[in-house]
Amino acid sequence: MSVSQAIAIDKPPPQARGWPRVRILGYALVGVWVLFGAGILAYLVYAWNAEFFARYAPAYLQGLGTTLSLVSISMVVGALLSLPVAYGRMSKNPFLSGLAYCYVYFFRGTPLLVQTYLVYYGIGSFRPELETVGLWWFFREAFYCGVFAFSLNTAAYQAEILRGAIESVPRGQWEGAASLGLHKLQTLRKVVLPQAIIVALRPYGNELILMIKASAIVAIITVYDLMGNAKLAYAKSFDIQAYIWVAIVYLVMVEILRHGVEWIERRITVHLHR
Amino acid sequence: MPAQSIWTLLSWGPDGWSDDIASGVLVTIALALATLPIGLVIGFFVAFAKQHEEPSLRLAGNIYTTVFRGLPELVTLFLFFFGMPLLLQYLVRLFNPDATIDVNSFVAGMIVLALIFSSYASEVFLSAFRAVPKGQYEGGYAIGLSKWQTMRLVILPQLIRIAFPGLENCWLSLLKDTSLVSVVNLAETLRQSGVAARVTKHSFLFYSVAALIFLALAVLSSIATSYILRYLGRREAR
Repeated sequence: MSVSQAIAIDKPPPQARGWPRVRILGYALVGVWVLFGAGILAYLVYAWNAEFFARYAPAYLQGLGTTLSLVSISMVVGALLSLPVAYGRMSKNPFLSGLAYCYVYFFRGTPLLVQTYLVYYGIGSFRPELETVGLWWFFREAFYCGVFAFSLNTAAYQAEILRGAIESVPRGQWEGAASLGLHKLQTLRKVVLPQAIIVALRPYGNELILMIKASAIVAIITVYDLMGNAKLAYAKSFDIQAYIWVAIVYLVMVEILRHGVEWIERRITVHLHR
Repeated sequence: MPAQSIWTLLSWGPDGWSDDIASGVLVTIALALATLPIGLVIGFFVAFAKQHEEPSLRLAGNIYTTVFRGLPELVTLFLFFFGMPLLLQYLVRLFNPDATIDVNSFVAGMIVLALIFSSYASEVFLSAFRAVPKGQYEGGYAIGLSKWQTMRLVILPQLIRIAFPGLENCWLSLLKDTSLVSVVNLAETLRQSGVAARVTKHSFLFYSVAALIFLALAVLSSIATSYILRYLGRREAR
């Protein structure tokens, strides 16, 4: 088969001409979105308030810093915690795997908001006991409580991602490495993980995005992250643009991350495409 | 006041909090169940738009998912809870200058949860659409079914079976997201447990109860979904 033939076969069907009903509907829906976006833009221009901006923009920036540090600390601590949990999930020991299963089931089955309350208000209510152990300074701060709850939560999700990725690598890879004389840790590091990372990248990216979105929850336990500052600005000014601005910031952040993950995925799977 | 025992606190009646929390659980279940059909229908149509050959329809569907999946649930909730009354009031005042609008937190929660649920469900439906072979459509057309009939009688039954496991995950996160509506004062499980925690100062106890309730709801749903899955599987075998 010649090249020109192959190209001719892959050509998409020609577009329908004129204005079929679906096209009118599609343009109408896109029009609704354009109107919606223009409406918000017009509102922001109309409600433009230099004083509001001067007063709250630095607070938003600071809040963004708090959000990012909360998410990054939780992700890293969660990644470390997920290692033993994932090990437990894959272990043949019924006690270990049962324990890890319960951990994952609890943190995936209950809302993050409940977990955060449980840490901040729940553990925080044992003040005398915590003071004797010398941990009160930690559970007194809403930020640390948020980090604590988020780390435990994301550890459960990350453990599942890790397990799924490692189990997606065929058993023959382990056996092949073993027959070459590599021991288990070497096999994991040099053979299995490079293949698992490709599988795990997208779920990890999604988890990061979910964490950024979920981090808005800490605003409720009085942490002044991005959302917390928006709440404060709204409480002081009763101006809905407080929330519109914060929505835009979150949306931009999530979109950057999503496209970044897609870009990395394209880069590390170059050898799989032709 | 003598310290009350845990069992008194958890009893049913004026001294205990079980009845209050149980009413909250009913609100949680009602909210999730009321959101589910709306979210499923919107999600299906958004997915339908996203796999359509008409580019403008695809664009509209993709914007929908990008916006409602990209925004934090809490931000969407606050935007609607505080923003929608302003907008509605502005629109209503064009006709009736003295009108005031109050948004019910149940309705606001329902709308927001439906938006979020449908944007996730649309992704599930989309991959299910892609899993149904093109020959199924062509077969439907070949025996003289109209486009709508093909969709309803041929594609949809297969779609539901393929999408079901993914939709189960969406349902579980919907169940968890209902807890967020507690921050706009809807008296659901978490809110009622929080009230109990504040009044009795037994925060750990009551938030643990809330966590266990959500866990129990998750277990119940997975039992229910395994029954539905078995039913769907039986239909497939014939």
